Amino acid sequence: MKKLINDPADVVSEALRGMAAAHPDRLRVDLENRIVYRKDAPRPGKVGLISGGGSGHEPMHGGFVGLGMLDAACAGEVFTSPVPDQMMAATKAVDAGAGVLHIVKNYTGDVMNFEMAAELAAADAGTEVLSVVTNDDVAVQDSLYTAGRRGVGVTVLLEKIVGAAAEEGRPLQEVADLAKRVNDNGRSMGMALTSGTVPAAGKPTFELAENEMEVGIGIHGEPGRQRLPLAPAREIAAMLVDPVVSDLPYRQGDSVIAFVNGMGGTPLIELYVMYNEIAQLLDRAGITVARSLVGNYITSLEMAGCSVTLLKVDDELVRLWDAPVNTPGLRWGA
Amino acid sequence: MGVDSFVSWLRDVAGSLHANAAYLTELDSAIGDADHGANLDRGFQAVVEVLDGTEFGSVDELLKKAGMTLVSKVGGASGPLYGTFFLRFGTALAGVELTPEALGKGLHAGVEGVLARGKAELGDKTMYDAWAPALSAYDDAVAGGADLGTALNAAAEAAAKGRDGTVPMVARKGRASYLGERSAGHQDPGATSTTLILESAARTLS
Repeated sequence: MKKLINDPADVVSEALRGMAAAHPDRLRVDLENRIVYRKDAPRPGKVGLISGGGSGHEPMHGGFVGLGMLDAACAGEVFTSPVPDQMMAATKAVDAGAGVLHIVKNYTGDVMNFEMAAELAAADAGTEVLSVVTNDDVAVQDSLYTAGRRGVGVTVLLEKIVGAAAEEGRPLQEVADLAKRVNDNGRSMGMALTSGTVPAAGKPTFELAENEMEVGIGIHGEPGRQRLPLAPAREIAAMLVDPVVSDLPYRQGDSVIAFVNGMGGTPLIELYVMYNEIAQLLDRAGITVARSLVGNYITSLEMAGCSVTLLKVDDELVRLWDAPVNTPGLRWGA
Repeated sequence: MGVDSFVSWLRDVAGSLHANAAYLTELDSAIGDADHGANLDRGFQAVVEVLDGTEFGSVDELLKKAGMTLVSKVGGASGPLYGTFFLRFGTALAGVELTPEALGKGLHAGVEGVLARGKAELGDKTMYDAWAPALSAYDDAVAGGADLGTALNAAAEAAAKGRDGTVPMVARKGRASYLGERSAGHQDPGATSTTLILESAARTLS
C-alpha cells in the first residue's frame, strides 16, 4: 500500500483536521463527533440538510457542505457508516425550527443508523426529521432479493438541487418531496478498472487482471454485475448508458443532467473521453443534455473507473441546479 | 444471578469477539465489506471500558448502557442491530425477577428489536438464522423445566446449527445480497457472532 498517510487509524480524523484548516471561511469541523458544518449553520427559518456515510468517497459528503448544499455532513470510518450519535448531534445543531432532512444512501448500515438517529432526535429534542433514501444504481437488478438498489451518483445532484430549494426557505415536507422526485428521476451505473485500497486493510479490496474490468460496481469495492474483458471507451460508454437509459426509461425528447463521475483514480482526460462517447449516445437517442457535470465527486478511494448518472429534469430542476453554490467540492454563481 | 453475572457475560463476549475478530472479518470479506470482526471488537472493547469505570445498580441499566455503547461505537449494520438487541433486552428486564422465563421474554424482546431494525426473515442468511432456532430451543428447554444453564446451552447449540445452516443460503439482506448466487457456500458472519454471544451466555449466566 502506497498512500500519503501517517497511520491508517488516523486517516479520517487527520483528513477532517485538514478540511478545517483549508476552509476556515466556509466550514466548521467538530473533530470529536466527526461532523463538518456549514460555518453559518443553523440558518434561521431554513430546513437543515444533513448527509453522511463512510469516508473514502471525497468530496462526498463533507466537500458538499456550504451555501446552497448541505448544512452538515457526518463522516464514518472508511467505508463504514457513521453512528447515530453523530447524526443526532448534527441534527440538533442545524435545526433552526424548520426541521431537518436526512439524505441517506441506500446501504444497510447507513439506513439503520440514520433511522435510529431520527428516532432519537425526535424523542430527545422533538426535532422534526424527514428522510430521503437514494437508490439510483441500476446495476442491482432484483431488489426483491437484495438490500435494494444502492444510492450512488444521484446523491450529488440531489444534494445540489434540494440544497437550492432549502436555501429558498421552502418548508420541510416540500423539500422532502422534491428530494424524492429527484431520486425517482435519476439512474446510475458504474464500472471499475482497478480496486481501491482501504487504509486499514492495507491491500486492494479485489483484484482485477490487466485485461479485465468490473461492470456494475458500487462505491465500496463490493462486486459488480459482471467481470468482462477490458474494452475501448466507446463500448464501455454503451455498457453504462444503455442500462441507465432503458431503466427509467429516458425517452426521446427528455432533458437530462448528464453526470460522468470519476471513482478517484481516473484522470480527467479519460473522463472527458467517456463524456464524448456518452454525449453522442444520448444525442442519438434524442435525449437533450440540459446541463453536465464531469469530475471526481463520489469516489471510492483511488479506484480507477467511472460512473454515469442521468437525471431527468424540467425547468424547475434546472433553475435549482443553476442556483448559487459555494462548497469545497462544488462552486458556481457565488 | 445478578449484575455481576451479566458483567461477566459481557466481558466474556468481548474476549471471545476479540479472539475471533480476524475470523469474523475473514468471513465478512468473502461476502460483505470486511469489517464485521474489527467493528464488533471495537464496540465490545468500548463496552469493557464502560464496565471498568462504572458500577451498575441493576441488570437493565447495565444492558441498556452496553446497547447504547455498541450503537455509538460500531457503526455499519451490526452496531444498530446488536445495540438494539441489548437495549431491548435490558428494557424488558427492568424491575422483574431474573427467572429463566423472564430472561426468555427479554431475549425475545431483544430479537424482536433486531427484526424491527433489520427487517430480515428466516433464510435471508443473517444473524436471525442463528437467533430464531436459539430462541425456540431456549423456550422448549424452559417449558420442560430446565434450569437457566441447561436452557442457555440448548440455545447456544441451536444457534450453532443455525449458523452452519447459513452456509448454503443465498443472501437477501445487507451487502452480501449483491452477490446473489455467489453468496452461497459462505457462512454468514452475523450468525457466527450471534452464536459466539450465546456461547458466552451459556458459559457465564448459568
